Amino acid sequence: MIVAADTVAVDWYLALGALLFTVGAVGLLIRRNPLVMFMCVELMLNAVNLTFVSLARELGDVGGQVVVFFVLVVAAAEVVVGLGIIVSILRRRPGATADDMSLLRG
Amino acid sequence: MTDLTWLIPALPLAGFLILVVAGKRLGEPLAGWLATLMVAGSFAASVIVWLGLRGSDGGPHHVFTQTLFTWLPAGGFSVDVGFLVDPLSMTMCLFVTGTAALIHLYSVGYMHGDPRFSKFFVYLNLFVFSMLMLVLGDNLLLTFLGWEGVGTCSYLLISFWHEKEANASAGKKAFVTNRIGDWGFMVAMFLSFAALGSIKYTDLNAGAGGLATATATGIAVLLFVGAVGKSAQLPLMVWLPDAMAGPTPVSALIHAATMVTAGVYLMTRINPVLSAASPWVATMIAVVGAVTALFAATIAVAQNDIKKVLAYSTVSQLGYMFLAVGSGAYVAAIFHMITHAFFKALLFLGSGSVIHGMHDEQDMRRMGGLRKLMPVTAITFIVGWLAIAGVPPFAGFWSKDEILLSAWNKGGVGYVLWAIGLITAVLTAYYMSRQVFLTFFGEPRWKKVGVREGGEGEQSAEAVETEQGGGPDEPVLEHADAEHGEEVHPHESPWTMTVPLVLLAIASIFAGVVNLPFTGRVQTLQNWLEPVVGAGEVHVDVATGVKIGLAVLATIGSLIGIAAGVQLYLRRRFEDRPADPEILERGWYYDQAITDFAGGPGREGFDGVAWTDAHVVDGAVNGVGWLVRVAGGGLRRLQTGYVRSYALGIALGAIILVAAITIRSSVL
Repeated sequence: MIVAADTVAVDWYLALGALLFTVGAVGLLIRRNPLVMFMCVELMLNAVNLTFVSLARELGDVGGQVVVFFVLVVAAAEVVVGLGIIVSILRRRPGATADDMSLLRG
Repeated sequence: MTDLTWLIPALPLAGFLILVVAGKRLGEPLAGWLATLMVAGSFAASVIVWLGLRGSDGGPHHVFTQTLFTWLPAGGFSVDVGFLVDPLSMTMCLFVTGTAALIHLYSVGYMHGDPRFSKFFVYLNLFVFSMLMLVLGDNLLLTFLGWEGVGTCSYLLISFWHEKEANASAGKKAFVTNRIGDWGFMVAMFLSFAALGSIKYTDLNAGAGGLATATATGIAVLLFVGAVGKSAQLPLMVWLPDAMAGPTPVSALIHAATMVTAGVYLMTRINPVLSAASPWVATMIAVVGAVTALFAATIAVAQNDIKKVLAYSTVSQLGYMFLAVGSGAYVAAIFHMITHAFFKALLFLGSGSVIHGMHDEQDMRRMGGLRKLMPVTAITFIVGWLAIAGVPPFAGFWSKDEILLSAWNKGGVGYVLWAIGLITAVLTAYYMSRQVFLTFFGEPRWKKVGVREGGEGEQSAEAVETEQGGGPDEPVLEHADAEHGEEVHPHESPWTMTVPLVLLAIASIFAGVVNLPFTGRVQTLQNWLEPVVGAGEVHVDVATGVKIGLAVLATIGSLIGIAAGVQLYLRRRFEDRPADPEILERGWYYDQAITDFAGGPGREGFDGVAWTDAHVVDGAVNGVGWLVRVAGGGLRRLQTGYVRSYALGIALGAIILVAAITIRSSVL
């Protein structure tokens, strides 16, 4: 009974990570709402984080967990900037999609 | 005492800087006196350094250098501002500063009343500074700096009275023609650096023996091209006669005594390179010199402008110097350079005195009988005449005789060159006699000028007919406002002008003593220059009897020339125009031919080159620009601005990368 947590093989965690990553990537490509796209990016980042900690535990290497901290910090910074931009865009043009923001067209 | 070397060029430079800032405020005549004082100080410094050089051991070769600072440190290539003090450069310094000081003094009188009085001395001091840098520089680049400096001053001073179109274009002509020679100088400099890794004279001359013959030949020929431009030899002699448009002191200082001899100095300076070059180089130099000497002398025979006679005479005498260089007689070349500096400066200043006294009249056909009115000018001019004609014991006799002897000594083609030199000597004596008789003897002809006020057509039509055609051989009048209508009262010049004349006349009489050919001990100049030219100097191996015979022949030649002048111009009336064939008066149409070529087929060639530049060269550059622009225009379509397409690109890229890595790892 107590060993139940130990019995889940690492493969499942990896599979879950891969699944979450795919969901994020597909969501990023097919959705147009900038907020949703942004959440998809976060989803991908955390999928990678999950993979890192799983393998760190499996291989007994603390390095993977350290990398996760870095990713979290970067993600936090990115959220600050990204959300700021998105909110200001949506304020000016409510309901704008990602495709509406193509001012940097070549 | 030799530590004072830097002072020699520094004083004229200081004079130049002071006059640039405060020249206008000093005004006339203070600006002139300041400039004169600076150059005189430079002469004094030269004397002190010279005495120091004589006294000190100065190493085995009487040579030492003074380096002031590093001018261009560029990796393996470094150029110092340094002075090379040896017998050759000190000899040059002494006579350059000496004649320059006298000519400055003369200019104070000559430029009296000119609205740009102080500016004239600004240029003159800058010129002396540049000339001294040219002479004292211990490397080719520093000499080149002086070389270009004197060229610039020459340009500025030829077109000093630039209100007149002809003066301005004469300046341009001098500048552009010299550019051709400068090209040779520059390429020679590059070649020296490529072959030896240095452009110092000491390295160049020491390493000359180890150079490949082809390299040494290249350097020697290219430097000779530079010398031909600066010293107005064929085929680049066209600028010097026109350079007489400048004020007469300029003609005396720059276009007779100092700047134009820079080419001879350069050739003497690099004499070990000439020795290492193929033998045909020396022969070529001698031939160019001899042909130029004869060519210019024939033209001088028929000129009517008092300064143009002297201009062609200068070209001719410079030809003599190159004949000496080509014959390996560097001492004779320098010797003639010194004596020529004295008597030609004297003649030019004398002609300036005449022009001044005649109120800017330069045509000898309107002179005559001036010896009674301008006694000092006349007597000194006659001294100069006898010196250049080669009458013993005046200075010109000794130096000219040395050159003819060295040409004879060369053997083979040397005999022909000797004959050319002898004919030139006869012509020299003849045209100078003609000039003296037309100017100072015979009937006064300027009084007729007063009558001419009435109509243009009246003025002695046949006398001026040659001018009607216009063209480059028109007499180059100095002043824009020269009016022939007013009454002329010739008068003697002020003391500032006559004192230099007298001093130069004394020098013209006695300058020969620096190198008398009798015994080894009295060949002072020869012994003095031995350390510099010893490597290249050809030993004269001629029996004493032959030497005396040649000297007697040369003297007889001079007397024949003078006798011919007496017969044609003193005994007979001037109006007979006994011997002024038009082809000579027009300078063999050489200048005209160049003008026609440059204006006709040459022009089309230049236009063709310009077209090539505009369409082929610029076309290639613009074509590259066009290609980049079009390619960029195509590629920018990839930048859609849609975030999702960029994301798709990143995703696809990531998939491809992962796939590639997977395949690689599974295959290996």
